[in-house]
Amino acid sequence: MPVLELQGVSQEFGGLRALDGIDMKVEHNTIFGIIGPNGAGKTTLFNVITGIYTPTEGSLIFRDTPIASLSSHKVARLGIGRTFQNIRLFNRLSVLDNVKVAANWNRSAGLLASLLGMPAYVREQKQCSTKAEELITMMGLYEKRREYAQSLSYGEQRRLEIARALASNPCLLLLDEPAAGMNSSEKLELMDLIWKIRDDMQLTILLVEHDMHLVMNICEQIAVLDYGRKIAEGDPEQIKSDPRVIQSYLGVEQ
Amino acid sequence: MLWQQLLNGLTLGSTYALIALGYTMVYGIVQLINFAHGEIYMVGAFVGLVLVTVWDVNLGVAMVGAMAVCMLLGVLVERIAYRPLRGKSSRLSPLISALGASIFLSTLMALIAGVNTRRYPAIMDLSSFSWGPVQVSSMQVIILLVSALLMIGLQFMVRKTRIGKAMRACSQDLDAAALMGINVNRVISYTFAIGSALAAAGGVMVGVYYNAVWPYMGTMAGLKAFAAAVLGGIGSIPGAMLGGLTLGVLEIMGVAYISSSFKDAIAFGILILVLILRPQGILGEKISKKV
Repeated sequence: MPVLELQGVSQEFGGLRALDGIDMKVEHNTIFGIIGPNGAGKTTLFNVITGIYTPTEGSLIFRDTPIASLSSHKVARLGIGRTFQNIRLFNRLSVLDNVKVAANWNRSAGLLASLLGMPAYVREQKQCSTKAEELITMMGLYEKRREYAQSLSYGEQRRLEIARALASNPCLLLLDEPAAGMNSSEKLELMDLIWKIRDDMQLTILLVEHDMHLVMNICEQIAVLDYGRKIAEGDPEQIKSDPRVIQSYLGVEQ
Repeated sequence: MLWQQLLNGLTLGSTYALIALGYTMVYGIVQLINFAHGEIYMVGAFVGLVLVTVWDVNLGVAMVGAMAVCMLLGVLVERIAYRPLRGKSSRLSPLISALGASIFLSTLMALIAGVNTRRYPAIMDLSSFSWGPVQVSSMQVIILLVSALLMIGLQFMVRKTRIGKAMRACSQDLDAAALMGINVNRVISYTFAIGSALAAAGGVMVGVYYNAVWPYMGTMAGLKAFAAAVLGGIGSIPGAMLGGLTLGVLEIMGVAYISSSFKDAIAFGILILVLILRPQGILGEKISKKV
């Protein structure tokens, strides 16, 4: 059974059809890539999946639950975490708090309990801190846990975004151009990190990326978008040799 | 004389600060000037008055009661007047809705209670004592102490607790907060509740201090507190505290050393100067537009 299934998903913005009848199935524990030229609708697709937009047509099923009309925080709580193309951390929260704030919603102690420092709240906060510390240790940010997110280097901020997205125990992780702005050694580290996350946490990963080397290396399944339509889908070898993909995106080798 | 005025200024300023905090917290999260906030303060003063006259409670109970009622009122105003407009319309519509809510609440109170000024019964020993050259009234001590405690409590809540951290996350990036599973509407409700409680506490204390409560008392107090929030840097919590105290002191100094007829002109003169010279306020950050 697929983790995420899209059926005929379309998104219009006042006459512009940013997504046009997308059908897609993302199987459990795969690394699924979405590629395509600029403006093809990749980020729009992420925004539809995460509830920022309600699709004009079509349905999205996430583990048996229709999510097309749910608001963002509900989609997140069902188990979809994401990062952003332009980093969107909480700049003036500490590294640790960035992760904790995302891990915190599934706690039950209320405001009064928190103000009075009741045992249930204290215990929950302990668990939450432990979880957050594990994640930032995994991302190699433990030494910087007390610093403001805005003081981190670019690569560190990218990793913190991934840690924050993992804080709520998602089973589907959406990475929007995770390698943007990285040099080649950072990209290699990122690839190892993505594999590690997938294997250790039994996650399914959906990623948008322009770096073809990275996409072809780590993705097991790839969908190609162009002008809001899915023009191809398959494993890396099939995509590399697909004439339509070569024509619209990969280009012909001279 | 100077020390006396400074004390009077700090007393007035801490009530401005209590109200200004509500403006700044709401603005920080939803970029809305909640013009009905002054009316929440007014309702707080009336609820306190009713509790004191009808049930004969002491000042502490009156304040807690007023804070509780105004928390609900603040949340209700947000639900009815702002939430339906959020994200669906221009930034102007909620602003107009805020003005409407403000007018609605003050005229509703005028209808219920009449437009005459009402006075708190003598619930407090309002005696004063001398401290060097300064005459200190017991109510001034109460206002300064209670305001300080509430502000320390607020700082603790915002810095240390879960809801406080969620509020800060929402004020920095509302959409990203939602995508991380934070229930943004709930955080906004909490923000309105907390801001309204602080304003209600201010309303009761001012009602007793000046011994006057009337349905339109929130208009000027609200505008002054708004000026204080802008002076301190709107969106910044320490800024609202600092702005409130600064404005209170400057206003009292102006009255004492220039003329009492300039009282209101001083507050709004400062607002204009701040907007021209340092639009981000004392502690505010320069806003760089996201591309």
